[in-house]
Amino acid sequence: MSATPDTPDQPGGGDYAPSPAARLALFQRAGGIVTPLLTTLVAFLMGGIAVLATGKDPLNVYWEIFKGTGLEWLIPGVGNRAEQALNLQQTLILTTPLILTGLAVAFAFRCGMFNIGGNGQYTVGAMGAAYLGNKFVGLSGVTHVLICIVVACLLGALWAGIAGFLKATVGAHEVITTIMLNWIAYWIGSWAYGLGGRLQDPHQPSVPVSPDIAQSAHLKVFWGDPVLQGLHVGFFGALGALVVFYLVLNRTTLGYEVRAVGYNPEAARYGGISVARNYFLAMAISGMFAGLAGAIDVLGWEFRINVNDIQAYNAGFIGIAVALLGRNTAIGTFFSALLFGALVSGTSTRHLDPSVFRPDLAGNLTSIIQGLVVLFVGADLLIIYLWQVRKKLRLIRAGTEEA
Amino acid sequence: MRAERLNVRAALLEPRQIGIAGIVVGVAACWVALPPVTARSFVWPIVLGALAAAVGAWTIRAGERRVGWGAIAAALIGVVGGIASTHAATGNLKTVFVWSALFAAMLRWATPLTFASIGGMFSERSGVVNIGLEGMMLMGAFFGIWGADKTGSWVLGIVIAVLAGGALALVHAFFAIQLRADQIVGGTAINFLALGITGYLFIDIYGDAGTPSGVSQIPDIHLHFLDNVYFVGPAIGQLNLMIWLSIVVLVGSYVFMFRTPYGLRLRSVGEHPRAADTVGISVYRTRYAAVVTSGMLAALGGAYLSVGFVHSFNQNMTAGRGFIALAALIFGKWRPFGAFGAALLFGFSTALAFQLATVPAWSSSAILFRALPYVVTIVAVAGVIGRSIPPAAIGRPYTKQ
Repeated sequence: MSATPDTPDQPGGGDYAPSPAARLALFQRAGGIVTPLLTTLVAFLMGGIAVLATGKDPLNVYWEIFKGTGLEWLIPGVGNRAEQALNLQQTLILTTPLILTGLAVAFAFRCGMFNIGGNGQYTVGAMGAAYLGNKFVGLSGVTHVLICIVVACLLGALWAGIAGFLKATVGAHEVITTIMLNWIAYWIGSWAYGLGGRLQDPHQPSVPVSPDIAQSAHLKVFWGDPVLQGLHVGFFGALGALVVFYLVLNRTTLGYEVRAVGYNPEAARYGGISVARNYFLAMAISGMFAGLAGAIDVLGWEFRINVNDIQAYNAGFIGIAVALLGRNTAIGTFFSALLFGALVSGTSTRHLDPSVFRPDLAGNLTSIIQGLVVLFVGADLLIIYLWQVRKKLRLIRAGTEEA
Repeated sequence: MRAERLNVRAALLEPRQIGIAGIVVGVAACWVALPPVTARSFVWPIVLGALAAAVGAWTIRAGERRVGWGAIAAALIGVVGGIASTHAATGNLKTVFVWSALFAAMLRWATPLTFASIGGMFSERSGVVNIGLEGMMLMGAFFGIWGADKTGSWVLGIVIAVLAGGALALVHAFFAIQLRADQIVGGTAINFLALGITGYLFIDIYGDAGTPSGVSQIPDIHLHFLDNVYFVGPAIGQLNLMIWLSIVVLVGSYVFMFRTPYGLRLRSVGEHPRAADTVGISVYRTRYAAVVTSGMLAALGGAYLSVGFVHSFNQNMTAGRGFIALAALIFGKWRPFGAFGAALLFGFSTALAFQLATVPAWSSSAILFRALPYVVTIVAVAGVIGRSIPPAAIGRPYTKQ
């Protein structure tokens, strides 16, 4: 009767949907790498229809966006190498925080929680880094950077930890608390760096921005020209975080417990695992990744924080798309962060030729594609559903032929 | 024992009523220091605050925890606010606290929240989480003004807005109900989609110039007979039609949800779908209807924002109001009047933030008031002042057997 692969071993006779992590496990068995690819393809196709509706050639637009990402650089020997390298540096700069916010969502997800608060955790991390980056002038570079990063991670962990703590102690749903914490961070940031705010740059009283961080707090640029915003070492930080994510989840007791709670909190509790403790720790670690993302952006290339960025930049939300498309694994997160980083960079005013396609239009196209990806990835049953419709159609056809 | 004793007393002396009186006294602790009374001595706020706190403590002991803690919180805020006000310049206080204007502004800011949070109530009471309210509002905001612009009539604008919000909600419903996708993921996707679709169409149709200035607007209702009535005249004498409509929707949805068999069915689907299914209620159909209704109501809120209030559209113009509406819904314990009360509180904090910003000395700190709704909601879900408990089957897709 039912159109679902619901397992019969669930309490309540398969009455309700499985937990997110159990669903994820099913998804991974069902689709492998094919479904994320298919999802992306369909999302781009539908985005192409939107482009077509405005009277432009979708293939041409996508090609221009692709050229803006600098990914051509990976294929040696075509076009302008220097320009491609410059573009690729920008793409990777934008990919870096998305890897980390993606990991933030993925880590909580593996514990059966939904961390929608990446934006808030990113903001408090960035604020911590901007504040300390401006202090301690005269420290050696490495120490200064480390202080900023550690504090930003702790702030992110604290911000997400509030949600984890409330979930662990009184059962407050983490989606609600993290959404609220996002907006609290949003308004605190808008107040602190707004005109007349506590942390606003006293030298430019009419600009809602923090003071610049000291030179010693800048991350080193290892590829490209520091003046032209080359790629900073924070990129390796994000790659390192991917490794840490993998090792913690798959090679430590903590990771084992986190995953056990994610699969089935009741069974984990029965097995002697403290569910509350893992909820808190998983959220705190998750917030650490997002806080680190904020710090790396400030120390790596922004060097200050302004109210506009706090209000408009959605690193945490894109992180949701990244984690879901990457199926909450380290390697998947890397590739989907690269995809979304490339999309954001390729549609930026800096890289997209307005005569081909308006960058502000393309920016919204990015949102649409992100939305479609999340929508389709979230619907693991869509594929099974379509499969069944197909089967049903075939049955009907067989029936009519018989008659 | 205690119950009997209370029964003997008049209904007015129930702990709940006394606790509410405590909240009022706590608010008064701040109010005395503000115009028109403008007490300049710190004694008054402290005396009133202490009284409110004592009443609150009594109420908690009598068993009404939520109201009692509310009175204590009101006392604390009242004392702090009151003492702060006695130190502020009287002139500044007079500029900010024009009560009738604040009241009208509160209603204006609360109305989009009321529509969206009542919409959210329909969806969540039927068991479908709706964090896509923000996106549905945004659809209403854009399509409302687009419709009003293209057809030349704000009525058709609202109709088109409602259809657009309903259509987006239908997508959410299809994925959440039919495909049993995770509802939070679906809601996130809805928000992304709405942001992209409205932004894309806005740029494509209106470009840099933005929406034209002469678009048909939702009219204000000018109640002439109130013109010279103290406070009431300036407060509600000239409100937008949509504000009155939101009151109608509020009462109507209360009656529907708690006084009709349809409302009972909707709630039963959200509390125990299997039982509802067993007695012959179609869980799927009920949830579809509830989610689409929620999208339509949220879109009304968005349409009010663009066609009735700001008279233009901007990318992402709802700026988190859908999430405040969600907060109001939770703070109001998934009840229409609770959500409305929360929307008023949040509307007031926004109105106050804007009003405080008119005084140069306070303009930068005023913005912190905008964070208040979110802090209050976290406190509410944390259960300090009485837990907000969601419908039992919320977020769980239903599989028919």
